[in-house]
Amino acid sequence: MDTAMLIEKSALVLLLFLISLGVAAYQTYFERKLAAWIQDRVGPDRAGPFGILQPIADGTKMFLKEDFIPAKADKWLFIIGPGISMFTALITSSVIPWGTNLNLFGRDISLQVADFNIGILFVFGVVSIGVYGIMIGGWASNNKYSLYGAIRASSQMISYELAMGISAITIVMLTGSLSLNDIVQSQHGMNWNIFYQPLAFFIFFITSLAELNRAPFDLPECESELIGGYHTEYSSMKLGLYLFSEYTSMFVSSAIMAVLFFGGYNFPGMDAFSGNTLAILSIAAFALKIFLFIFVIMWIRWTIPRFRFDQLMHLGWKVLIPVAIVNMLITGLVVAWNQGWM
Amino acid sequence: MSLQMISVILGSLTIASGLMVVLSKHPIRSVIYLVITFFFISAMYILMNAQFLAIVNMIVYAGAIMVLFLFVLMLLNLNKEMEPETTRMSLFTAVIAGGTLFLVMITALRDTFQYGKGYVQVPVQDAGLVEQLGKLLFSKYLVPFEISSILFIAAMVGAVLLAKREKQIID
Repeated sequence: MDTAMLIEKSALVLLLFLISLGVAAYQTYFERKLAAWIQDRVGPDRAGPFGILQPIADGTKMFLKEDFIPAKADKWLFIIGPGISMFTALITSSVIPWGTNLNLFGRDISLQVADFNIGILFVFGVVSIGVYGIMIGGWASNNKYSLYGAIRASSQMISYELAMGISAITIVMLTGSLSLNDIVQSQHGMNWNIFYQPLAFFIFFITSLAELNRAPFDLPECESELIGGYHTEYSSMKLGLYLFSEYTSMFVSSAIMAVLFFGGYNFPGMDAFSGNTLAILSIAAFALKIFLFIFVIMWIRWTIPRFRFDQLMHLGWKVLIPVAIVNMLITGLVVAWNQGWM
Repeated sequence: MSLQMISVILGSLTIASGLMVVLSKHPIRSVIYLVITFFFISAMYILMNAQFLAIVNMIVYAGAIMVLFLFVLMLLNLNKEMEPETTRMSLFTAVIAGGTLFLVMITALRDTFQYGKGYVQVPVQDAGLVEQLGKLLFSKYLVPFEISSILFIAAMVGAVLLAKREKQIID
């Protein structure tokens, strides 16, 4: 590995880190404005024009609050919990191809930090590790509401991971590769996977909502039953990290959904452009898709009421998993037929 | 840094975290150390260019099995007062069982030293990648692979059957 590559990858990592945090911060603003719009209110409008500085004010408030650790809490695990959450939310962005190659200073720069040949499995690995942040934080608080929140979160995430994996396998079957880069390239132009796998996308979208602990699956932090759920005992920036990691993972999983089903950075008529123009347009197209997904996720939160826990388990195990398996079997048969194996 | 250096460092870290699993007093912390151990083992796989195995090890062990472990331990809420008393007899049997296991490990390790350093080297450069693994699993090792999947289904059905409440008790 040469030095120039090291520098460009580090720059990309830093840039992605800053963008993820920036997007997460402004998602909070966007969510509050959207909620206000849906509920016919004004929303935050005090800090700056249209309340545009609200996230900065919120962040400053978080830092200035008292950082409290309960006396009976497991101190180290209590501190580590939010960190793990944030780490797993951020690290997935390293395998996402954000655009076509950019040509800068005479070098072709790939806008993907790591082109694993198993990128999609890496995403699932990180998703499965993501439970630990909530579980450890909830348990270490030594509070029964936190523990309930943690247990709900983990059982929900384990149940929905299965359907998520099975629905994403169909994309791997169609593409014949586990690399996210190959998956995006196979959807060139308007040849998006959503047209072949609408059912798989539907299941993947629902399970993503559950993995994100977003409404209508936000039982782990269900206010009316569990106070604040797993972060009841958290204050100051530790709470901030938990909330932030939720928004960051919302951003990243919107990106994953766009990559798997909506062509990633591909857009119709992309053959007319080349070089840096294409790169910038592809990044813009990708950003637009991510924005639309974030909008839909927020829209769902402010319109659909919360599930009951037994309904959630019923939906996960008895509806989504069987449907996903049948969908996978049919896809397998069709792929085998097309390849001439049958 | 040479590959050998990295593998020595990783190995010692793996052993250290493995020891902490046994040595830490708190069961929850033991589980967390075990998760860390699995991460180090995954790193070992990556060192051998077996990325697929590394990630699957992470998903299956660190992501699924250990979460269930943690789950059960959190529900049990073990603490000092509930610790079972150790009698002289149980200590004695534990020492014998542990010693036997240690002996088996030593004999296994002896082979490694006998065959020399070639033991850990991977014959093909991308042996652990998905394509090679898939081809091997579905050609040379097809029968054991299918039999093990049947075993998994049997275990799953058995677990569901055990967990299912009997109707007579409810009525």
